Amino acid sequence: MKAAVIVFPGSNCDRDVAVALEQASGRKPVMVWHRDSDFEPVDLIVLPGGFAYGDYLRAGAMAAHSPVMREVKRRADRGTPTLGICNGFQVLTEAGLLPGALMRNASLQFVCKDVHCRVETGQSLFTSRFANGETLRWPVAHHDGNYFADADTLDRLEGEGRIAFRYAEPDGSLTQSANPNGSARNIAGIFNETKSILGLMPHPERLADPALGGTDGARFFAGLVEALR
Amino acid sequence: MNGAAPARIAPNLIAEHGLTDEEYRRIRAALGRDPNLTELGIFSVMWSEHCSYKSSKRWLKHLPTEAPWVIQGPGENAGVVDIGDGLAAVFKIESHNHPSFIEPYQGAATGVGGILRDVFTMGARPIASLNALRFGSPDHPKTRHLVGGVVAGIGGYGNCIGIPTVGGEVNFHPAYNGNILVNAMTVGIARTDRIFYARASGVGNPVIYVGAKTGRDGIHGATMASAEFSTDSEEKRPTVQVGDPFTEKLLLEACLELMATDAIVAIQDMGAAGLTSSSVEMAGKGGMGIELELDRVPMRESGMSAYELMLSESQERMLMVLKPEARLRAQAIFEKWELDFAEIGRLTDAGRLILRMNGEMVADIPLGPLVNEAPLYDRPRAAPPAPRPLGVTTLPALTDPKSALLQLLGSPDLCSRRWIWEQYDHMVGANTVQRPGGDAAVVRVHGTNKALAMTTDCTPRYCLADPKIGGAQAVAEAWRNLTAVGAQPLAVTNNLNFGSPERPEIMGQLAGCIEGMAEACRALDFPVVSGNVSLYNETEGRAILPTPVIGGVGLLDDQARNVTFALKGSGNLLLLIGETRGHLGQSLYLRELHGREDGPPPPVDLQNERRNGEFVRAQITAGRVAACHDVSDGGLLVAIAEMALAGGIGAELEGLDAPPAALAGLLFGEDQGRYILEVAGPAAEPLIAEAAQRRIMLSRLGRVGGAALTLPGGRLISLDEARLAHERGLPALMGAASADG
Repeated sequence: MKAAVIVFPGSNCDRDVAVALEQASGRKPVMVWHRDSDFEPVDLIVLPGGFAYGDYLRAGAMAAHSPVMREVKRRADRGTPTLGICNGFQVLTEAGLLPGALMRNASLQFVCKDVHCRVETGQSLFTSRFANGETLRWPVAHHDGNYFADADTLDRLEGEGRIAFRYAEPDGSLTQSANPNGSARNIAGIFNETKSILGLMPHPERLADPALGGTDGARFFAGLVEALR
Repeated sequence: MNGAAPARIAPNLIAEHGLTDEEYRRIRAALGRDPNLTELGIFSVMWSEHCSYKSSKRWLKHLPTEAPWVIQGPGENAGVVDIGDGLAAVFKIESHNHPSFIEPYQGAATGVGGILRDVFTMGARPIASLNALRFGSPDHPKTRHLVGGVVAGIGGYGNCIGIPTVGGEVNFHPAYNGNILVNAMTVGIARTDRIFYARASGVGNPVIYVGAKTGRDGIHGATMASAEFSTDSEEKRPTVQVGDPFTEKLLLEACLELMATDAIVAIQDMGAAGLTSSSVEMAGKGGMGIELELDRVPMRESGMSAYELMLSESQERMLMVLKPEARLRAQAIFEKWELDFAEIGRLTDAGRLILRMNGEMVADIPLGPLVNEAPLYDRPRAAPPAPRPLGVTTLPALTDPKSALLQLLGSPDLCSRRWIWEQYDHMVGANTVQRPGGDAAVVRVHGTNKALAMTTDCTPRYCLADPKIGGAQAVAEAWRNLTAVGAQPLAVTNNLNFGSPERPEIMGQLAGCIEGMAEACRALDFPVVSGNVSLYNETEGRAILPTPVIGGVGLLDDQARNVTFALKGSGNLLLLIGETRGHLGQSLYLRELHGREDGPPPPVDLQNERRNGEFVRAQITAGRVAACHDVSDGGLLVAIAEMALAGGIGAELEGLDAPPAALAGLLFGEDQGRYILEVAGPAAEPLIAEAAQRRIMLSRLGRVGGAALTLPGGRLISLDEARLAHERGLPALMGAASADG
């Protein structure tokens, strides 16, 4: 499995996700600079976390219009699996590859902590290793993770099985206190229509090593690599 | 010179630049004439307390700064310590107190930006930041606003640039009502063969400006930081700089990319006193001269004068001396990162700072006097009064340990700091092995099996009561915190925060604290490699508590050998290392339960500290310890409760019984040199035997288990109750802050 990690000026989780991908696949991902308008064929494109272009204007807004994103959109439209983590999720919504928007956290504060997420569907190449309803522990770290879409869109996402993860208690129950940012219907991650694109706010790459206190992130990447093999 | 003879400097202008008449006479003597305004400004910042250490230098000399593992001690942008395998830890702490009081978000944010630059200027990639914060009374009307702004500012900068903020400390005390303290520390990793210094060399070598453009912000920040506040301090807001962490991220990556090549002769960030201190210090350290063409400086606005360009403290800027042949290569790197790159001057051998603007000479200063002949003061000092012994007999006996514990756990200085550190990205980089909340943070050195432990410590109330003991205690506690996670302490950086040095009692505090620190650093082989002095922290004659903050760094050769303070296994033994005498003077128990801040601080026995610490570290390294916590603020019962809360498991305590008059001292006394260990059954026997053999004082505290702390006599404190008290303290205090932003 060969992956490309897109590096915007201000990306700061690019190395972390590259380490997790290499650990899962045995292959170093290609790092693609934002000004590159083309890059070699890959099996997976990753938009990492961080503050692309400082997140000035709106989180992800400027990155969505950078030169490399034209190529990312072209390939994602043709079905290249694409993963956006945190800032990468924000870029995907700003680029129109995923519906909805990520607004300022309901607390108005940055939040960094471990959360639990319930797997809403194991029927995707990103989640095939997980059982429906299983809960995972991994961290969030963001100021703008409050997922918003209109009620019709939310209903459609639910109806089409396009919600990947929801914030939940460790036992899987959906509560307000499990929701770190006020996201609509506790949504932590969503798919596009064909489930070839996943955007999620939590950082699986940060708990992909037992030395750091958890391995659910390692299971996520291992499952993805297996599905793409 | 610009025009004819410079206009005579008016006396009020001299005072406005923070210079005394005597200092002005020295400037005239150095120049052999009157200075012009630009020259006066340059002297004023270089001779400010902040840049020249004129009141503290005499005392700083007492601190030990050397050890076989020290590569670079004080005097550079940051200290450098060898950690083996060709790698070095590079670290420093620096204050941004005055700006943070005036504009808490930007003041704190640019404090973080400044200390990050100090570290990456040396060629190190920053791996973690910490911060030591002191605020006024929780019920003071400004405190919420200041806490909220400072925490958001630290997070805003660190989170965006992507360096995890992993630890620190926060205290509240009315003495900080008019002067808060914001001390930021950064730790980085460099290759020992690629460390960069500020020492310029090579006549004719180009002087290059990189980073953000220069604007009018922050003019005279260094002078402001060297004056006490009056009630109109808030009118100083225009002197506070504005931070741009995105630009700093680009500057960090561009500098490290350039540093991987062989292009840089010398480099210095433009921090306090901006272009002035960076150019003067680089040329001065190398014994060179320097000429700058100020019209080539990238400017954010038009019409800036030489005075403004030299004194601006615009952020995210660096000054470098390059090898001439590397110019184009360097330029390409900065262009890739979309940063300004301008050749603004060259090195000379004339020993002078010469500034030109639009072809005219606007300043000509001999560097010697500017750098080496700054005035040094041996200011009068008054020995601090010896603390009166604590009249324990006047204390009511402790009858309800449970409510005392709950009150302490929820008090401002002991309650959970979760509300703060959840606003900091403490995991970016995916190397944070121990997150905030424990004795020290532990961060893995990327690509190796090593980890660095880091902490900041100071107990200002001890320092006020007895500066020498307080200074020693701050060092000992940092050393103990590093030891408690299993690390070998390496070196410290210090941030000396005091009131006005022009008052003898403040100089007495400064001298006493340094004496205590020096003694402890020597006894513990824990040298000082970098630091910062912040004086004039007072408003209308009321000074802060003496606050000499210690930032300590330690090494774990095998990161897997670190231990946390969270209790782990039901049935495990709890053991206490060290002696409990029941010292209540200056304790939090005395302050929180009886409203008293008196008595002497607990004595610090450095030989005992060292013996106990070395024993504990050896047990951790041998894999015999499941959890470890040092006993500090709040004493024994608070420490046990913290371990239980972190692990989510209780303990049945034994031996913690005493006659009513002695019970408070036993449970809440703050005797030094103590650790609590959790030990699994099979490890207990060899550990206890070794303690006996090494004559380490060891006692049993009970067993881990259950969902409560069980005191002798059957009194129960449920973990749920304790957690509620511990966790609600800070959110309750900050409740209104989120509403007003």
